[in-house]
Amino acid sequence: METLGHLAHGFSVAFTPVNLMWCLLGTTLGTAIGVLPGLGPALTIALLLPITYQVAPEASFILFAGIYYGAMYGGSTTSILLNTPGESATIVTALEGNRMARSGRGGAALATSAIGSFVAGTLGTLGVAFLAPVVVKFALSFGPAEYFSLMVLAFITVSAVLGSSSVRGLTSLFVGFVIGMIGVDLQTGQPRFTFGMSQLLDGVDVIVVAVGLFAVGETFYMASRRYAGKDEIVPLKGSLYMTAAEWARSWKAWLRGALLGFPIGALPAGGAEIPTFLSYAIEKKLSKHKEEFGTVGAIEGVAGPEAANNASAAGVLVPMLTLGLPTSATAAIMLSAFQSYGINPGPMLFMTQANLVWGLIASLFIANIILVILNLPLIGLWVRLLKIPAPQLYAGILVFATVGTYGISQSPTDLVILYLLGGAGFLMRRFDFPTAPVIIGMILWPLAETQFRRAMTISNGDWSVFYKHPLSLTLLTLAFIGLIGPHIYAFIERRRTRGPEHVPGDA
Amino acid sequence: MSTSDQQAARPRLAVPELLIGIGLLACAGAVAWQTLSIPVSPLYSKVGPTVFPYITMVGMTVLSLLLIVAALRGGWQPEEEKETPTDWKAMGIVAVGLVANLVLIQPLGFTAASVIMFVLICHGFGSRHPLRDVLLGLILALAAYFGFARALGVNIGAGFIENQLNTGLDSIIRMLRG
Repeated sequence: METLGHLAHGFSVAFTPVNLMWCLLGTTLGTAIGVLPGLGPALTIALLLPITYQVAPEASFILFAGIYYGAMYGGSTTSILLNTPGESATIVTALEGNRMARSGRGGAALATSAIGSFVAGTLGTLGVAFLAPVVVKFALSFGPAEYFSLMVLAFITVSAVLGSSSVRGLTSLFVGFVIGMIGVDLQTGQPRFTFGMSQLLDGVDVIVVAVGLFAVGETFYMASRRYAGKDEIVPLKGSLYMTAAEWARSWKAWLRGALLGFPIGALPAGGAEIPTFLSYAIEKKLSKHKEEFGTVGAIEGVAGPEAANNASAAGVLVPMLTLGLPTSATAAIMLSAFQSYGINPGPMLFMTQANLVWGLIASLFIANIILVILNLPLIGLWVRLLKIPAPQLYAGILVFATVGTYGISQSPTDLVILYLLGGAGFLMRRFDFPTAPVIIGMILWPLAETQFRRAMTISNGDWSVFYKHPLSLTLLTLAFIGLIGPHIYAFIERRRTRGPEHVPGDA
Repeated sequence: MSTSDQQAARPRLAVPELLIGIGLLACAGAVAWQTLSIPVSPLYSKVGPTVFPYITMVGMTVLSLLLIVAALRGGWQPEEEKETPTDWKAMGIVAVGLVANLVLIQPLGFTAASVIMFVLICHGFGSRHPLRDVLLGLILALAAYFGFARALGVNIGAGFIENQLNTGLDSIIRMLRG
């Protein structure tokens, strides 16, 4: 019941006209960048980080959260009408959604995804409001050793467990580590990884890295693929109203998707891919209209994954706010916004910054309502955004990228780093390296180092703290299993299937 | 899928992936060089500033070696990417646009440099309406400049265009205030 009181207080913060305006601005901007291919919430929030010097923390986090939620809504529009998933989490939505649009049921697909996003987003936000205080109580007993081990676990899950290859995921993560360590070591004042350049003493700004990888890298990638063929926009046909049958097929899928997405998002592993794929598989299995999957498009296959996606996006906020543990690139950039205010997310945040936290959570409910209004009646407006031609779109993105980067320090060095990272981002896309671990690694590695040193200082240099504390040991064991487990499993599978394959003529 | 087929397709060395692996190994070398050059004061000998750099160094080295091994075994690039030829000309023009921006942003100011970059990138992407692009680029650059510089208080390099407009804008504001 305590939570309800906090929430009521949160609504009193969020319902001030100024904060409502930030929420509206954030959701509108978020939907727009979600719709536009090539722009994502991580990049947009990074570009807007300078706003943290101008406005109160409540305002900027309400703005960022609106962008974060809005991008999820907008992303599904692009997946359905263009079949180009704007976000990795909306790949599954594109599977059935685009088929539905092609068979003239685009309106229903958009409706079920927007309403499903609303249902799941609201449930997920409720989940944040009620789960976060529980996690906070638990987290208050964490010492530095537990925090360090938790971060190790998160490093492994975001890079090695999710994604197509653990070696490439870890490589991205370690590149992030290197970038994160550039600059003066705050504890000893030693410059590290600066190659003797004074410009690097302050470290590399997360804005430069995010913009380089996501904006410049993406632009190079799209420029290089002119031979790859273009995706066609499917014109929006069919009414936005869902028939009774479509409602009946959707609502269970929404609830199942939300129930799947939120817990997985809230784990210190994050990632919306797993819950969306799981939801898709479940809906396909339970559906009475299996023949529609992969042919004309099944509405459950849009409703479920889209709900799972939004619920997991809400879930990601739990470890971010309660433990200071970002598990997605966007969350990592939001964490750096906290840092720029001198606020440390973690269990204490709920006590010292109650206004901020509960105002933010309340604004998420409001954002969901605004978003379902923005995305259903006004859908025609967003569809028009899809018609912006690629040359001007990408050139424009780079103009904003330059402003955002050059504005930090007016140093051409930053631009050089930006463009080099853009080249790296291109190679990463071409050779299937995930980019999110770079951002998470660069933000979280210095924090892990701080916790590590604290733990070692308390234990007087005794390494055993990390395995003598039962919780820390558990977390490290989980991390180890996450790293090794899939390989052992694959090895056993190979062993098992090898036998019959070698029988001649068995093919 | 027959067994003989599988054996016939012997893993072949993948050159691009190998280059990536070697490049990362070189990065690991640079990390090692930088790690070893961090001076360690005996005061911090327990957990000094070098523990995490060492971990990073070892991790980078091991991972780049694993990638090199993967490259020797045939690489990992997804088929879809491998089959799409790279449009080097388009990428080159985009890169020229970026370099032009880098070189010109200080002497000419943000707006002029951005317009040149905008037009070059549009050209790289296949737009053949340079005049329209100049106009669009100018509008966007000014919107970005005034959005960021005046609303967010970010100081972006001002050149001739910005200074003229800033003076104009300031005098209008003064006039409005009476």
